Amino acid sequence: MTVEILTGENYITAVLKGELDHCTAAGAREIIDARLEKYTPRLCILDFSGVSFMDSSGIGLILGRQRVASVFGGSVRVKNPSRYAEKIIKLAGLEKMILPENCKV
Amino acid sequence: MKTVNYMKITFPAMAKNESLARSCVAAFAAGADPTVEELTDIRSAVCEAVTNAIVHGYRSVAGDITLTLKMTEDNCLYIKVSDKGCGIEDVKKAMQPLYTTAPEEERAGLGFAVMEAFTDSLRVTSRPGKGTAVIMKKKLTDKFES
Ligand SMILES: Nc1ncnc2c1ncn2[C@@H]1O[C@H](COP(=O)(O)OP(=O)(O)OP(=O)(O)O)[C@@H](O)[C@H]1O
Ligand SMILES: [Mg+2]
Repeated sequence: MTVEILTGENYITAVLKGELDHCTAAGAREIIDARLEKYTPRLCILDFSGVSFMDSSGIGLILGRQRVASVFGGSVRVKNPSRYAEKIIKLAGLEKMILPENCKV
Repeated sequence: MKTVNYMKITFPAMAKNESLARSCVAAFAAGADPTVEELTDIRSAVCEAVTNAIVHGYRSVAGDITLTLKMTEDNCLYIKVSDKGCGIEDVKKAMQPLYTTAPEEERAGLGFAVMEAFTDSLRVTSRPGKGTAVIMKKKLTDKFES
């Protein structure tokens, strides 16, 4: 799993690529949190378009970043999850965190 | 129902073996020509069970995980993931969605819910101090039927 961070005005995007499981989530978490704490953005977008596999560890990653961001009043959204990742996000009741498809961020 | 293929592997409880376990089940199931969706479902279900054995079962001790796979004549895949870890006091409670004993590690308490949603049946047996076994069944589409 690789994570690339893009910074914009008041938001950051974490572009995740690869398989997201318990083994790889820890590394992703570290990279994202370092930037979250540095920039304290209003919005943190987790770009899931390159996530080829995800299990419940992905839900832990989303909720954990939401917890970190909420400390400084920020929020987290998920962009472009695969149909499959979406299934797990819905199972967790987090569909409201998915950005609409035509969203321009 | 007659068994047409089976396989059993044992590996140490290490996080990097989560991907090994899901590759194994995918390779095993490939012989039955499953749909992409079925394949993703069983990879996730196996990954959840194996991750649980690693992060909960063998939380404080090292040990082995055994993955047993069986394919029957009617295209049913039987999956068993067993560990000799700490076991579960109250299985019913553990299986409730959002229940977790490791919230500080960012566990969401959804592993069993995923296994339940993505397979056709899920059975968990456990004995505190002895270990846990998770047995799942997934009916794969029979392309020659219908
Ligand atoms: N193999 C196991 N050995 C010991 N305890 C287990 C085992 N599997 C599950 N448990 C217990 O059952 C609880 C629920 O498991 P479940 O997979 O549903 O959630 P989780 O692992 O806590 O979180 P998530 O799977 O969302 O990361 C765990 O928190 C743990 O206490
Ligand atoms: Mg779990």
